[in-house]
Amino acid sequence: MTELAPGVRVRARTADPDGHTRLPRYVRGAVGVLVEEAGRHPLADDRARGRAGTPQPVWHVRFAAADLFGSGDHTVTVELWSDYLTPIEEPA
Amino acid sequence: MSGDHPSSVISARVRHVEALLESRGLLDEGEIDGRIDEFLAGGSPANGARITARAWVDPGFAERLLADANEAIREVGLSMAGGLQEQRLKVVANTADEHNVVVCTLCSCYPIALLGPSPGWYKSEAYRSRVVRDPRGVLREFGLELPETTRISVWDASAESRYMVVPRRPEGTEGLSEEQLAALVTRKGLIGTAAV
Repeated sequence: MTELAPGVRVRARTADPDGHTRLPRYVRGAVGVLVEEAGRHPLADDRARGRAGTPQPVWHVRFAAADLFGSGDHTVTVELWSDYLTPIEEPA
Repeated sequence: MSGDHPSSVISARVRHVEALLESRGLLDEGEIDGRIDEFLAGGSPANGARITARAWVDPGFAERLLADANEAIREVGLSMAGGLQEQRLKVVANTADEHNVVVCTLCSCYPIALLGPSPGWYKSEAYRSRVVRDPRGVLREFGLELPETTRISVWDASAESRYMVVPRRPEGTEGLSEEQLAALVTRKGLIGTAAV
């Protein structure tokens, strides 16, 4: 299993949870690259439901606009909790 | 994105909860206003401008600022620790090749300590939804026409960090003092919707 680390490609979760989340709809299911860790915090979804939550790494994840919207030559870097991300296994 | 903010309902609820907490002696009267005032005190774009001017004149500071902004801004007497806990600050710098612009698509996260209260357009649904899809078009509407060769990086403040852009130093400012340079820096420049 690939660990989350800078440079690793990840796919953002597709699930649409009931209630609060900080996973923006426009990145769901898209593939991006981890840029750097942005601190450790309990999952916002848990906090909003009154649970303490365990701190986990939050990441700056860079997406190509074309992968998010089908067009555009810019990038969008979104800050996402580890729980929202699945590393993509690269062929060795 | 969450465009629906029934502010009158939530405001009424907040006032009710505040009144209950006061009536039960858990909060002093006006305590919340006092805490908010404390948090906002000193929050101004002049702080972001000071950081920018220092980064322009001191390459070592600029490097430290991009690597660990929370530590670096202490060198100019600023901090992100004014709230209940220190907020992580991420600073990105514009170059000839890359332009950065900041948005919070989910709500309106903003580095109040360094930039003061956010402008109305920053919180508007139009800015929040459009700048991620078509930053070049949105920046053009702000009057900022970037060369086609300039890459655009949009930063979405979707979690716990706050962001600030260091704009490019204008040409012909070699003779200016740090204070004079700071006076050139605008709030839009620090968000990335204008050049300086």
